[in-house]
Amino acid sequence: MPPARVSLFVTCLVDLLYPEVGEATVALLRDLGVEVDFPESQTCCGQPAFNSGFDADARRVARTLLGAFDDAEAVVAPSGSCAGMVRSFYPHLFHGTKDEARANALAGKIYELTEFVVDVLGASSVEGRWDGRVTYHDACHGLREIGLTGQGRQLLSRVEGLELVEMARPDACCGFGGTFSLRLPDVATAMADDKVAQAEATEADAMVAGDAGCLMHLAGRMSRRGAGMRPVHVATLLAEARGLRERPGAPAAGVPGR
Amino acid sequence: MTPEASPSTRFKDRAASQLVNRRLPIVIGNATDLRERRRREAFAPLDGDGLRDAAEAVRAHTLANLDTYLERFADRAQARGTKVFFAADGAEALDYVRGVVRQAGARVVAKGKSMASEEIGLGHALEADGLEVVETDLGEYIVQIAGEAPSHITAPAVHHDRAEIAELFSRTHGVELPPDPEALTAFARGVLRETFLTADVGISGVNFAIAETGSFVMVTNEGNGRMVTSLPRVHIALMGMERIVPTHRELGLLLPMLVASAGGRPVTTYFSFVNGPRRDDEPDGPDEVHIVVLDNGRSGILAGEFRSILHCIRCGACQNVCPVYRQVGGHGYGSVYAGPIGAVLTPLLSGMDRAGDLAHASSLCGACVEVCPVKIPLVEHLIGLRRLAAKHAGAGERASFFGWARAWGSARRYRFVGWAGRLGQRLVTRRGRIRRAPFPFSRWTADRDLPPLARRGFRARWKAGANGSERPDGT
Repeated sequence: MPPARVSLFVTCLVDLLYPEVGEATVALLRDLGVEVDFPESQTCCGQPAFNSGFDADARRVARTLLGAFDDAEAVVAPSGSCAGMVRSFYPHLFHGTKDEARANALAGKIYELTEFVVDVLGASSVEGRWDGRVTYHDACHGLREIGLTGQGRQLLSRVEGLELVEMARPDACCGFGGTFSLRLPDVATAMADDKVAQAEATEADAMVAGDAGCLMHLAGRMSRRGAGMRPVHVATLLAEARGLRERPGAPAAGVPGR
Repeated sequence: MTPEASPSTRFKDRAASQLVNRRLPIVIGNATDLRERRRREAFAPLDGDGLRDAAEAVRAHTLANLDTYLERFADRAQARGTKVFFAADGAEALDYVRGVVRQAGARVVAKGKSMASEEIGLGHALEADGLEVVETDLGEYIVQIAGEAPSHITAPAVHHDRAEIAELFSRTHGVELPPDPEALTAFARGVLRETFLTADVGISGVNFAIAETGSFVMVTNEGNGRMVTSLPRVHIALMGMERIVPTHRELGLLLPMLVASAGGRPVTTYFSFVNGPRRDDEPDGPDEVHIVVLDNGRSGILAGEFRSILHCIRCGACQNVCPVYRQVGGHGYGSVYAGPIGAVLTPLLSGMDRAGDLAHASSLCGACVEVCPVKIPLVEHLIGLRRLAAKHAGAGERASFFGWARAWGSARRYRFVGWAGRLGQRLVTRRGRIRRAPFPFSRWTADRDLPPLARRGFRARWKAGANGSERPDGT
């Protein structure tokens, strides 16, 4: 039996920058008959510090999640990267600490949103309507840490009016990489340009992804270059297709999902 | 001829100098995408995961018993008349090779492809001794006459397209050549044949050395490896000390894994086995065969948490899929080993103080881990190296993470930072975006816009029960 109630790990990027993605996630889960709660003591998975080699700092932040989700039956995050951090790296990060068991428990019950909807809830697709052409960016950590195999695309497959056009290398990194985008901004931007060029070649109206980090990076580059494509989180797109959220008339520059 | 693309020792600066050339990702992308596509096709009908598990197990077992297998290899090789020399570092290896070359009275040295020789700077050292050194692998030959270092493990000249190579050959040889691969190859072959016939010493690399038999093997596509190892009177082979397999059985797994991962072909054109110097009843072959087994920092790696980096069989698959490598090319790394394998191996071989910044030359996308035929956990190793680097990080960086962790470590302080950020960003937000932010975010806004913090974050919206996010308990 899939859990009737889940706890939302909204992630700090969505909370602070793209709250509408969090709202869309909640609306979508409720629409699928799942109760959602939001433990307010959560902040962030700690990935920026962990990926930079600052484990103690990462643990300090990561403990907010341990506390927030100790009692949760299942935890859902609209991010493959943040969910992947918890699932793949918390057991390692907390190994040999007093929080090891709690970290392992959380690692075992956290899901990325599309993974949860398809694999746990068993919803093979979402019915709705969304007119336009989209291209799908496979966010790296969802793909390689969570092991997504196309759940996001599957959920879009029955949306009427939506045409999915694949770009040349949908699984190539967008260059965000967390602190990488600040440490090596020139390289990160060159990687984003590569991705944007691929997306533009599809002539899509929107670039869909399951991670706010990638979307922030690509949106930031597209906005600077004046590209016309709308970067949008898969949760937002699905909520729009279901009529749970209104689709914006014209994309606001640099802000995915609005 | 200097091997460095740029005198700077920092990845950031070298990358910047490579990023100027916006054709580079196209040239590299064309070549590496083809190889990656072929690799996928080669593995598609096979149990790729099972093969990778098996290959990893072979490498792990071999490294765990490396002393035994090296000793066995040396014994058996010597029994075949091969002279085996264990070099603790590059200097020892250079001294030995120079000695052999001097003894042979050589004037011309024909070189096959060898990453170990690049690692110790052998070509330049011999040239400094007044010898004529000719690279006979086509890619290596191209970078040699271009005055460059190889930029890819299996495709040294991957950063040049055919037009550039035609221009290079035409310019350096005073001929007019078309940008046609066949014509260019035929031309190079003509030049190199002369070298093989006049060379007194041939120097080659080693793909695998077989402990059971004391023989070693090379894979090439051009046949130059076979010429280098059989025509000159003296053959010197260089190998990293980890490049060993217990028996032919393991070779039977690792050779096809190497070839399929490198270029997706079922076989290369040539597999060359060297069993030792020419025996009395054999018509040809070298009179002397020497093999230099190079440590050069490897035994130090063997003892620590990064041991599995020595699993590497030098296929270059990680370079073919690396999005950072694609943008900056091999020369961006400023080291013999570029791409993901180089970002881990170079700091371990050269020291964190000299090359530690390479650990940050990755977005941690993990594409490399997916294709590695021996399952090296490259992302984990990159993070492991960053952990080492963090211990010696500057005060600014340490303070940043310390402060961030204090703020993000409690929801109350996190909310306060959000509140303060919303106030502060009014100064820099224009029409819904931030085009110029203060340090460190200025690094972002140099080329990308930054979204402002939402006026009301998710948690405020949740609390207010707006947009259907009311709390289920009705409060």
